[in-house]
Amino acid sequence: MACGGDDGQLTPPRDNRPRPVDELLVDGRPDPSTLAAEQVLRRANGEEPQTLDPHLAEGVPSSHILRDLFEGLTTEAPDGTVIPGTAQRWNISRDGKTYTFYLRRDARWSNGDPVMAEDFVLGLQRSADPATASNYAQVLLPIENAEAVLGGMLPPDQLGIEALDEFTLQIRLRDPTPYFLGLLSHSSTYPVHRPSLAEHGARFSRPGNLVSNGAYELREWVVRSHILVERNPHYHSADQVLLDRVYYYPYEDQSTALKQYRAGELHWTYEVPNNQFKWLQRHHPEELVVSPWLGSYFFGFNLTREPFIESPDLRQALVMAIDRELLTEKVSQFGEQPSFTLVPPGIGEYQSPQPEWADWTQQERNDEARRLYAAAGYSQERPLRVEIRYNTSENHKKMALAIASLWKQVLGVHATLVNEEWKVFLQNREQKFLTQVFRAGWISDYGDPYSFLELFRTGHGQNDYGYSNPVYDELLTMIASERIPARRRRLMEEAERMLLETWPIIPVYTYVTKRLVDRHVRGWENNVMDHHYSRYMYLLKSRPAGS
Amino acid sequence: MMHEHGILRHAAQRLLGVLPTMLLLITVVFFLVRVAPGGPFDSEKALPPEIQANLEAKYHLDEPLIQQYFRYLGQILVLDFGPSFQYKDWTVNELIAEGFPVSLTVGGLAMVLAFLVGTMIGITAAMKQNTPVDYSTMGFAMLGISIPNFVVAPLLILVFAVYAGWLPAGGWDWSVQRMVLPVITLALPMIAYVARLTRGSMIEVLHSNFIRTARAKGLPEKTVIRRHALKPAMLPVISFMGPATAGLITGSVVIERIYAIPGLGSYFVTGALNRDYTLVMGVVIFYGLLIILLNFIVDLLYAWLNPKIRYDEEY
Repeated sequence: MACGGDDGQLTPPRDNRPRPVDELLVDGRPDPSTLAAEQVLRRANGEEPQTLDPHLAEGVPSSHILRDLFEGLTTEAPDGTVIPGTAQRWNISRDGKTYTFYLRRDARWSNGDPVMAEDFVLGLQRSADPATASNYAQVLLPIENAEAVLGGMLPPDQLGIEALDEFTLQIRLRDPTPYFLGLLSHSSTYPVHRPSLAEHGARFSRPGNLVSNGAYELREWVVRSHILVERNPHYHSADQVLLDRVYYYPYEDQSTALKQYRAGELHWTYEVPNNQFKWLQRHHPEELVVSPWLGSYFFGFNLTREPFIESPDLRQALVMAIDRELLTEKVSQFGEQPSFTLVPPGIGEYQSPQPEWADWTQQERNDEARRLYAAAGYSQERPLRVEIRYNTSENHKKMALAIASLWKQVLGVHATLVNEEWKVFLQNREQKFLTQVFRAGWISDYGDPYSFLELFRTGHGQNDYGYSNPVYDELLTMIASERIPARRRRLMEEAERMLLETWPIIPVYTYVTKRLVDRHVRGWENNVMDHHYSRYMYLLKSRPAGS
Repeated sequence: MMHEHGILRHAAQRLLGVLPTMLLLITVVFFLVRVAPGGPFDSEKALPPEIQANLEAKYHLDEPLIQQYFRYLGQILVLDFGPSFQYKDWTVNELIAEGFPVSLTVGGLAMVLAFLVGTMIGITAAMKQNTPVDYSTMGFAMLGISIPNFVVAPLLILVFAVYAGWLPAGGWDWSVQRMVLPVITLALPMIAYVARLTRGSMIEVLHSNFIRTARAKGLPEKTVIRRHALKPAMLPVISFMGPATAGLITGSVVIERIYAIPGLGSYFVTGALNRDYTLVMGVVIFYGLLIILLNFIVDLLYAWLNPKIRYDEEY
């Protein structure tokens, strides 16, 4: 029993797996002679989706499926670029606050009904309606009156959206929102098929009831077994869609998915078990796909309680005294990029302001950290005693442990680890009563640095740091109403610099996505959003055995 | 006649006893899940207060606790467990209705397998007491009990699915191939338990006076075992199997995770972690009822197997 439940580190590589034929593109499309006869993709998909109601859905697993089932006014290319979806084109007014969308005339629901401007109006109104009780309606806040509608002060029909005619739609915004087109590919802005909503009410998203307007339609949903979607023949670009069926399998245990992948039962894993990177690199190098993700992993300080209230020096010392290279290489181990900032790289032209000490050697950082630590009044005789709090997870534990020991080594800090179950952790973090140093992190739903920066607005729902800086708040307000992209970018850089200089967080690394993808699956590209539409994918056929 | 009448009366009494037991269970669980910090709608993305309020109103979580409690009791009376907070497209009744047949199949097959193989091994070992056969089978049984199924399961998958490719590595579609590994994994420790219990009680029975009498009459050993020893020797096994069956057929978290099986077991854990109050209540009540039912069946079997037990007051 030497391997003790582990995934067989001793396994020799299996190179008898079938290999695909060479990809052959004709005018950017795969040559039909290279395609597998059966175009059925099997995707592992994280935990069981909570719902397939686009306006109630939250969490990554359901959003993957909803992107196949539905199409917003905009959608995304394989590389994540926002491109026209059900809207063929649009005009944006000079002040950046009025968007007029012209829908495709050939857009159809999966039952053949035409997709009309009214369907989008109804969808957005339903999404914002307090009666729907959407967890995700904040995404709509840039729209005029959205805040009042969400709060129940105005009826949903007062939302700033209007059908000008059957195929023309106007949306008015509160502030110019440069990332607004990107939001329109998010599930909370999807249209809804009015007759089926009227007929089935809250149960309209169940298999058998759901009528959708995307490249696929829902065929089967067996809870915690699988969700099967099938090509929607009425989809406007159905002739471009190559995969006939896609199975989504939920997994509670990633090593189960890995074994099924190895047994040839899956084409695409959701992620890979964290402790197996080295093994996977050795045995599945071509299939292991690691790519930057739009998320930051960091730890936060509770700025409302001692010892971190008035102690920028101490916080700076703690931020500098951790060796990020070491943490990413030895602890997280998946090719994560060490980070010195809040906003992850890869959002358009935005460049996070790198602090000066990012270029120093770790030795120099440690020296400076020791100086600051002493200046803050701590020493070997009078060390800082602090708790590092994290939610139950092997990885967070390892990271917290590593940080505690680096602090101990460099500064002599006495750190204790506190492990909490997720919901307890969230509650403590929010109450800011028990927390001192705590695990945090953020993965954004849309590619805009503002989604990271706004977390530190005074009184923001996720501001568990208790960060409050009137100048910073002022900057955020300016960013929200600035419509010239270059100036907005400068303001955001300014805000991030201001934030980092006050040391409310300990940046550690930028998240990566990591999965195994069968070599036969083509048509997808890495992107920081980690959005992968099945409609772009296809399966190559295998090479004849022996060749 | 007296005997059967006694059993009926006993059954009626037992059924009456179910009500207070269940009420106690419901009450304790109802308040316990709500005492846990955090709520069903807490997530990393903090909700605006209005939306939080809307959600709570939708699920009646804004009412006073005692009112929620009586509302829930009212629902239970008509066997309505309410909507799941986590799996929003489904009611708890639907989740149980989908998950239970799966768990029942896997658990039931494992139980049958464990009973057949376990008693066979146990009887063999008892008949060959203190021989190499006895030692080796009991050694294996000890191994079966002590190796946890989260070790056995991945090993079985590696050998039979990944390397040999004979069986699927996991998943569920009601095909026999997908049942083989989970059923075996689940049955292994049970086989071991049953084998040890059977061996122990069989040895005890074989040393009792009535067996000696039977042997003295010149009956062949096979007949002695089948006709006289088997029934009394099964008593401890039966009393073990009752509650164990309830546990098995409501699903095993470990087996369901490792084999990706959509049974009931995971709901006990995910329901609690997600603070999915209705789901936790639903599966706990369901489990409670099953345990009571199975214990009741065990009692009846006992009476049938053991002439010493009579549910008859005049006895």
